[in-house]
Amino acid sequence: MGEGIKDRVAIIGMGCTRFGEHWAKGPEDLIVEAFTEAIGDAGIETKDIQAAWYGSCYDEFNVGKSALPLSRTLKLPFIPVTRVENLCASGSEALRGAVYAVASGAYDIALALGAEKLKDTGYGGLPEMSTILGTKSRVIFPSISAPGAFAMMATRYFSKYGMTAEEGKRILAKISVNSHRNGAKNPKAHLQRVITEEDVLRAPIIASPLGLLDCCGVSDGAAAAIICRADMAKDFRADPVLIKALQIGTSSGEELGYTRWDGSYVETTGRTAARAYEEAGIRDPRREISMMEVHDCFSITELVTYEDLGISPRGRARNDIEDGFFTMEGRIPSQPDGGLKCFGHPIGASGLRMLYEMYKQLQGRAGERQIKDPTIGLTHNLGGFPQMNVVSVVLVGL
Amino acid sequence: MKGIVSYGAYLPISRLDRDVIFEGMGWLHQGTYMKGEKCVANFDEDSVTMAVASAMNCLEGYDRDYVDGLYLATTTSPFKERRCAGIIATALDLKGQIRSADFTNSTSAGTSALIAAIDCISAGSANSILLCASDVRVGKPGSSQELSFSDGAACLLLGSEDAIASWEGSYSVSYDFPDHWRTDSDKADRSWEDRFGREEGYRRFIPEAISGLLSKYNLQPKHIAKVIFPGIYQRDHASICTRLGFEPGQVQDHLMTAMGNTGTSYPLMILISALEDSRPGDRIVVAGLGNGSDALLFQVTEGIEKVKDQKRGVKGYLESKIQLESYEKYLAFRDLVSPEAGIRGEVMPYTALSLTWRDRREILGLCGTRCKKCGTPQYPAQRVCVNPDCRAIDAMEPYRFSDKRGKVFSFTGDLLAFTPNPPGIYAVIDFDGGGRYWFDVTDCDLESMKIGTPVEMSLRRRYVDERGGIVGYFWKTVPIRF
Repeated sequence: MGEGIKDRVAIIGMGCTRFGEHWAKGPEDLIVEAFTEAIGDAGIETKDIQAAWYGSCYDEFNVGKSALPLSRTLKLPFIPVTRVENLCASGSEALRGAVYAVASGAYDIALALGAEKLKDTGYGGLPEMSTILGTKSRVIFPSISAPGAFAMMATRYFSKYGMTAEEGKRILAKISVNSHRNGAKNPKAHLQRVITEEDVLRAPIIASPLGLLDCCGVSDGAAAAIICRADMAKDFRADPVLIKALQIGTSSGEELGYTRWDGSYVETTGRTAARAYEEAGIRDPRREISMMEVHDCFSITELVTYEDLGISPRGRARNDIEDGFFTMEGRIPSQPDGGLKCFGHPIGASGLRMLYEMYKQLQGRAGERQIKDPTIGLTHNLGGFPQMNVVSVVLVGL
Repeated sequence: MKGIVSYGAYLPISRLDRDVIFEGMGWLHQGTYMKGEKCVANFDEDSVTMAVASAMNCLEGYDRDYVDGLYLATTTSPFKERRCAGIIATALDLKGQIRSADFTNSTSAGTSALIAAIDCISAGSANSILLCASDVRVGKPGSSQELSFSDGAACLLLGSEDAIASWEGSYSVSYDFPDHWRTDSDKADRSWEDRFGREEGYRRFIPEAISGLLSKYNLQPKHIAKVIFPGIYQRDHASICTRLGFEPGQVQDHLMTAMGNTGTSYPLMILISALEDSRPGDRIVVAGLGNGSDALLFQVTEGIEKVKDQKRGVKGYLESKIQLESYEKYLAFRDLVSPEAGIRGEVMPYTALSLTWRDRREILGLCGTRCKKCGTPQYPAQRVCVNPDCRAIDAMEPYRFSDKRGKVFSFTGDLLAFTPNPPGIYAVIDFDGGGRYWFDVTDCDLESMKIGTPVEMSLRRRYVDERGGIVGYFWKTVPIRF
């Protein structure tokens, strides 16, 4: 690995819309809203932005292809703008473009913005995904959905650790309950309702063993970050947030093609997190990380991610969950903004939305949800399926 | 010795009790009532997929390169133009240099194709022909055909030597008999008065063909171990046998009660069930019906002993079944009602036909690759080895997965993704001998699925694009039935 980008790049402004079913708002409204908040927060104007990266996943279905939806909406004055797409890591991928551009010295100030308008697709849940790997996957994939692919990981996890589906579902229920507890305190969250374990267990099955309340919200929204050279950041604000590590990892194909992977975890997350910890100089993530926003598209994803990130020992996330380790009062509060579960999941915006919460928390601006004196925040995206995926791990600190 | 070298049958797993049909539609024509059950193709099956299933059974243990030709007999082809025998041959991973033909437009097509195959072998044009007969038969709701028609496929491998039942000859009668017909646009048969078909057709053509056959080869009924013909009119079936001089012990069960009238495969289905119980030396007479009748004569050889308990024939499939409790579900499976599919069922990404052609061996034939360096089988076909300790580039040989069994690695029952028969079950499968991939699972209920459940592969209609007229044939897994 090279030197990495630790402390070379700072975030000086961020914006995020409320996520939800914005029947009355189009992509333009969401993009402008997130952008306006971000430049206002940074104290800059549009003309100060030298380059931009734009993340969205379901291109034709909602926002449109290429970088034009971003540049035309914001009237970016003929600067370089790039659209990136890497499934649910698209927002973090946009961040990566902007961060690497600034770290390289090519630009001083760059914009990363992610947006998705899922509620113009007509689907409950994510749109049909049979062509996710092209026209051939349309023929040779099973009739798969996201909850189904992750449900298969739950079945493997329960089996490996000797849990019945009922026992397993009860552990997963605690995860959703925690997210709803946090989301209920977040005015920008899609779902702001407190729920009980019994609510989760009684919810209708979506893909066995996962029920409706094991699944995250499917939402519209946008989020943006203004990225700046670290040595200039204090010119804009007293409390810039520094990028400590930014790593992406992608499946090699062996999970679904070779018989070594046991299906109860996500191989890519562990590998990506290890690189991120090395980049940031973190030796003991369980002690050094203050808070996290992980990719809880489904409750089981959050459970295995605790282990894949090296926070909980293998097979022991259950104990940490039962001990309240990840609650707001616990050692590493997780999903303080409600997570994908409650804040919602407009795919291209999600990575930047997670960063928005870490940024606010580090600056002590998280209001009712403020975590005491955090030093390192972690965001994690998992795009695709446990069987083949794209993962991002971002570490930020003061 | 030329004749039948191997056989295989296939009956779909679902059975519909005729009482269930009658409860639904019997109010319309009360006189249609009949006992027993019919076999019902699953929503993802058709004449092509069932033919493949029967052929997989028939070819088990045979090198696929042995097959010189493939004939399909069907009256329910999914296509008016596109040779279904070609789809089947590709799915079976047969070599391209074979002859193929579809025989159609009469329920006699099964016996007619058999005669044509034998003639081809006799002429020395081929050493072997694989004959599939397959139908998904639809009767109008409330009709007697709806009760008696059944779905299934029979397959015979015919060859110039090593026959388990040698070909002894045939006798055919052909008439343009208008008892029933179906035009280009009809979904179900139209028919003239039922008594006409029975008196003027069934009771005349079958005796004419069978007695013609016996006299042609100088045989008496006492020389015949089993006589076989469709049991379309059950009382008449018995009286025809008596009239021809056969004792009840010589008459093979016509399977009308347990199976129903499976169309082109029907006489072959009864033939297979007779072979399953036959002894060397037995002479078997088989007659079909449809615009006349073909009567065929076989004599069972010593070879039968090696085959009869090894093959999946009719007996096993008759016992392996799940009762379909709902008549409405049957109507939906056969597209006789149009249930709400929702946006997920209606929105269809296009199918790239140049791609499915280019990758036909991989898609229709379910051939992946095996790394010659490390031996790892992999699906879909790869250029770079998936084994993390190998990663060899372009060291692959073709590897067929369709005839491999496997075990369920993980699974789910999905109520979000569209399927005509929810929940949509799919699974990651670890193949015996190596290789892992994910497939839809069909012919089972979620409750019976477990990690480790043994499965095999079955070609299905994975999706149908109504707008483009495209059937997306691909393989699913099914729990091993028996």
